[in-house]
Amino acid sequence: MKYLGITLERPKIGIFDFTGCEGCQLQIANNEASLKDLFGLVEIVNFREISSERRDDYEIAFVEGSITTDSETARLKKIRKQAKILVAMGACACSGGVNNLRSRFSLPETIKEVYGEHHIDSGPVRKLKDIVPVDIELPGCPVSKNEFEWLVRNLVLGITPQFPTYPVCVECKQRLNSCVVDMGMICLGPITRGGCNAVCPRNRFGCWGCRGPSDEVNFESLMEIHIKRGFSEEQVVERINFFNTFSGIFK
Amino acid sequence: MEENEVIGPKSRDRDIEGNKIYRFLKLNSFDELEMDYTRSYLSPKNYFLPFKEDLVTYSLQDKGWEQEINYTIHPRVIVGMRACDINALLKLDQVMLKSAYPNPYYFARRKNTLIIGLDHEPLEDCFCKSMNSDTAFHGFGMFLTDIGDKYFAAINSDTAFIILNRFDAEEITDEDRLLFKAEKKKIELKFKTQVNITILPELMDLEFESEVWKKWGDKCLSCGTCAMVCPTCYCYGMEEDIDLSITKAVKRRFLYSCNLLDFAAVAGGHNFRPDAGVRLKYRYYHQFRGFMEAFDQSLCVGCNRCGNACLAGINPKAVIDDLIETETK
Repeated sequence: MKYLGITLERPKIGIFDFTGCEGCQLQIANNEASLKDLFGLVEIVNFREISSERRDDYEIAFVEGSITTDSETARLKKIRKQAKILVAMGACACSGGVNNLRSRFSLPETIKEVYGEHHIDSGPVRKLKDIVPVDIELPGCPVSKNEFEWLVRNLVLGITPQFPTYPVCVECKQRLNSCVVDMGMICLGPITRGGCNAVCPRNRFGCWGCRGPSDEVNFESLMEIHIKRGFSEEQVVERINFFNTFSGIFK
Repeated sequence: MEENEVIGPKSRDRDIEGNKIYRFLKLNSFDELEMDYTRSYLSPKNYFLPFKEDLVTYSLQDKGWEQEINYTIHPRVIVGMRACDINALLKLDQVMLKSAYPNPYYFARRKNTLIIGLDHEPLEDCFCKSMNSDTAFHGFGMFLTDIGDKYFAAINSDTAFIILNRFDAEEITDEDRLLFKAEKKKIELKFKTQVNITILPELMDLEFESEVWKKWGDKCLSCGTCAMVCPTCYCYGMEEDIDLSITKAVKRRFLYSCNLLDFAAVAGGHNFRPDAGVRLKYRYYHQFRGFMEAFDQSLCVGCNRCGNACLAGINPKAVIDDLIETETK
């Protein structure tokens, strides 16, 4: 692949999955129109969802899912050791994601409820950062295909990726959407990092905060505007805690 | 409609109280046009200053690149613009057309857009009269005032005159003249919200350190909604992007907001305005003082879209009243 006459290195990338729904990987795989160009830019050496080839000479690792077992911990550490750049991909990898809802209950009881007497190896839900250093967090549940491709372009060209610092509202207004808060819904758009092109409010669905906090977050004001519109504090807190993306900065 | 793109107020959603939420969107048929609309949630600014606009596209080659710059746009008609929105364009013209570096992209859109204005009875919170933007004398092709079972049409361009001749337009009668004057009077008497701006430029300097900014800043979500819905906010950022095939690139302008956290962040990491209250203050500064200094008029036209859209309830009337009150305390 040449860029202005200069031959670009084609970095080898691996895409790995841990505890999660594999929806982020699916986002990458499902746009056939751009896959050819993507493969031109990078060499994919390890991506279970699209190829049986498995090599461990990757330089960039995209890691999806949260970490819930000892074997996953060991595998993640091995990936970290190999990869020059480790990207946490999606809400599960960045913050534990939906899996984290389980952490609200006692682990043995949860396992018993789901699996009965069958023994399974499952520990507490952890995000990648709890175990290894993470270089880049690609947010979202699932990640946005466009943002993934944008990140790959930046990494190949050696540009430090600058994620939007502003909240979802900016892109929501730019798409001429009606405000879903005005329409009577809870929406975390004002505190959640943009870059998703406001896909949920666009479809008249309040934001759930899967992309985590924007660079400046005003929880008090967010709470006040929802309480003023008849929601309870519990309802808003429930929403904020859903993806666990605001943990550490909320309350 | 077959030849040109037609934009007009349409509604689809309703707010929690059941009121229609209007937006300026492309019309597929004139049945969609809602001439009895109240206020569009966003101004039609984006049809002149798009939120995202590709200024240059590049095709990259082995040695260098070729650039393509395209100013041409397909002719467009916007039906139903309010006087305040037309006045907003006249203010943008000052910046985009009459400055040392005119904006050719804006120029192309402005020249290829026929504006058909429409009078309305002011809403509870309209304060365009205070901003001297309640009537438009130019900046449009045609301006309609509802005088019962017909419209009174003011014509301001050849194109509009030619279009008018395609309809069953009649000469104005004495009765029409009276109806028009009565309607104008009715509109004038309906204004409820007043904002005192005469002392504002001076007041803003006096109240630079005022607690008022902190009070409203504490409510501010720094979400940029005010600037996005505003008919005159034109501050922007630039970005360059390259496509996945590494053969095409683009230089893009995107409208931004001075209320967003990194608006005044500079290389090296320093942020000149890290506080929401300070950023809010500077938005008001540009609207009511900075623009006044440069062009002898406020940038604000008094449509109160920012106040209507702000979930935290920040609105010019309340902020300015607060400033005036601290002044007289």
